[in-house]
Amino acid sequence: MNSAPQNGAPLLEVRNLSKNFGAVQALRDMSMVVRPGEVVALAGDNGAGKTTLIKAISGVYQPSGGEIFLRGQQVSFATPQEARDKGIETIYQDLALADNLSIGANIFLGREPMKRFLGILPMLDRKKMADAARETMALLDFHVNRMDAPVSNFSGGQRQAVAIGRAVYWDAQILIMDEPTAALGVPEQRKVISLIKQLKAQGRGVIFISHNLQDIFAVSDRIVVLRRGVQAGERKISETTHDEVVKLMVGG
Amino acid sequence: MTTSPPTGEERATPHAAEPDTHVAPPADHADAARTWISFIADMRAWLFLGALVIGFELWARIGFNATFILNPFNLQSIAIFAVAPLLLATGQTFVIISGGIDLSLGFIMGLAAVVAAHVTNIAGQSMSPSMAVVVGICAAILVAGIPGTINGLLVSRLRVPPFIGTLGMFGVARGVAFLLAGGTTVPVRNADFAALGNGRFFNVPYIVIITALFVLVMHYLLSQTKFGQHNYAIGANPQAARRAGINIKSHLLRLYILSAMCAGLAGALYAARFSAGAAQAGEPLLLDSVAAVVIGGASLFGGSGTIFGTVAGAFVIAVIQYGLVFVNVEPFWQFIGVGVVIIISVLIDQAQRRFTGGRQDE
Repeated sequence: MNSAPQNGAPLLEVRNLSKNFGAVQALRDMSMVVRPGEVVALAGDNGAGKTTLIKAISGVYQPSGGEIFLRGQQVSFATPQEARDKGIETIYQDLALADNLSIGANIFLGREPMKRFLGILPMLDRKKMADAARETMALLDFHVNRMDAPVSNFSGGQRQAVAIGRAVYWDAQILIMDEPTAALGVPEQRKVISLIKQLKAQGRGVIFISHNLQDIFAVSDRIVVLRRGVQAGERKISETTHDEVVKLMVGG
Repeated sequence: MTTSPPTGEERATPHAAEPDTHVAPPADHADAARTWISFIADMRAWLFLGALVIGFELWARIGFNATFILNPFNLQSIAIFAVAPLLLATGQTFVIISGGIDLSLGFIMGLAAVVAAHVTNIAGQSMSPSMAVVVGICAAILVAGIPGTINGLLVSRLRVPPFIGTLGMFGVARGVAFLLAGGTTVPVRNADFAALGNGRFFNVPYIVIITALFVLVMHYLLSQTKFGQHNYAIGANPQAARRAGINIKSHLLRLYILSAMCAGLAGALYAARFSAGAAQAGEPLLLDSVAAVVIGGASLFGGSGTIFGTVAGAFVIAVIQYGLVFVNVEPFWQFIGVGVVIIISVLIDQAQRRFTGGRQDE
């Protein structure tokens, strides 16, 4: 259904990933790939291991076994910051935005650009932040006339766009999104879906967790279903149905 | 807001025609109302200040056939009156924006005043009076940094709530200050110190000039540096700040040292002004400092506030206190006046939150 390349070299490859918490095996022998311009949905019931998987990929957890390859090179991340530096950005449900700051200030939070006033006094370069924010948000087809407004002024879908924009600005190649549409109304959900399509068109890889099959079918290329920590199945969206996915999720 | 009918300007943007791929900007009329409410809320301290000055001026003209604000002596008195509360409130502004509060500032100021007095006296025995003043002031500010460091460690490393940690330091600083002072005021015998505290440059008291310069530096720190930017972010969403790679622990440590040093400077200037150090110097000023910050537009929930707002807030309090004395009203009305202004100020803040859901930086 989408014209993105499906047969390129994988951006991200996970081989036989496992994660134990004491005696509990939250994830067992999980393998998957994400190619450039590809959207992979992770589905599964609560406790199926979706969150464990993305946390192992994004450096929050250290996997107990298995390997992660980024553009063919084996990697391991001690912290989420290391994963981010390598271009894997996770966007959690709470978005992690400072509501009282502008879009630009949020994009640059923790890495603020400075300029020198009269050649001596270092000052925040607000103009650079605003310009970068405007350009980045335009990439996502998000146009806003007041770049100095705090992000609390924006709606849920727009704030999602800001969080995605931050990842895009810092050149994230793989975006992991945890339930990006869960807290939104229907029109806002549609906007987030279109944002994901933008990312796809830019050749980035997207992994997104969702409970909403409609969203999954609207935007994904493939779906990976987890059940009790193991892969219950993987399907191309164009070759499966809601019913089949639900069966994979609940088992039987 | 996205469901409201488009205004002319919104229709004019080419992207509004593609609802599916376009995340619409907030409708412009809602934006305008929000801007207007935010403007009133941001400027409320200055509006209060203007109303108070006009009110007292009318009262003075009608009741006493005199001028209130055009009298240079009154202006000077109000400015001197505002120095110590404003210095405390400057540090308090940073702390409150970060989502904390520093209750120990009043007695850190007292401690600093006592230290300034003692050290100036002792140093005066072995060096010139003016050098002794410099040493005394530096000592006061550095010693103030000690309780500030402890506050910072308590809040950042041991995760003690700021209200409790600094309340403990309130008691400790108070006790240490009285012990150092021997339970009494410590007189300073140093003509240069007295000159610093009471001298004038073109009719502007030195301590007012020092305070003004210091406040400008603090405004720069809050509005133009990473430290200030991170302070706003931590106050609004510590989780977001941490994920963005900001070292919250080291930030909070520096923050509480900074606020304590503001109190240190306030104590040193107090000792200069009265040629004496007193442990209770800042006792009544702590709550004034919080009040000045709140009247100045900061939210006690953190994430908003400005130094210039706090300046206006401190002057609102100073004008109420001095003005009521000037028009010969019983001094107890001061408390009522300041209290009413605080309540109105918080009501405006609440109304603004309801309409806009937050505040922008700077």
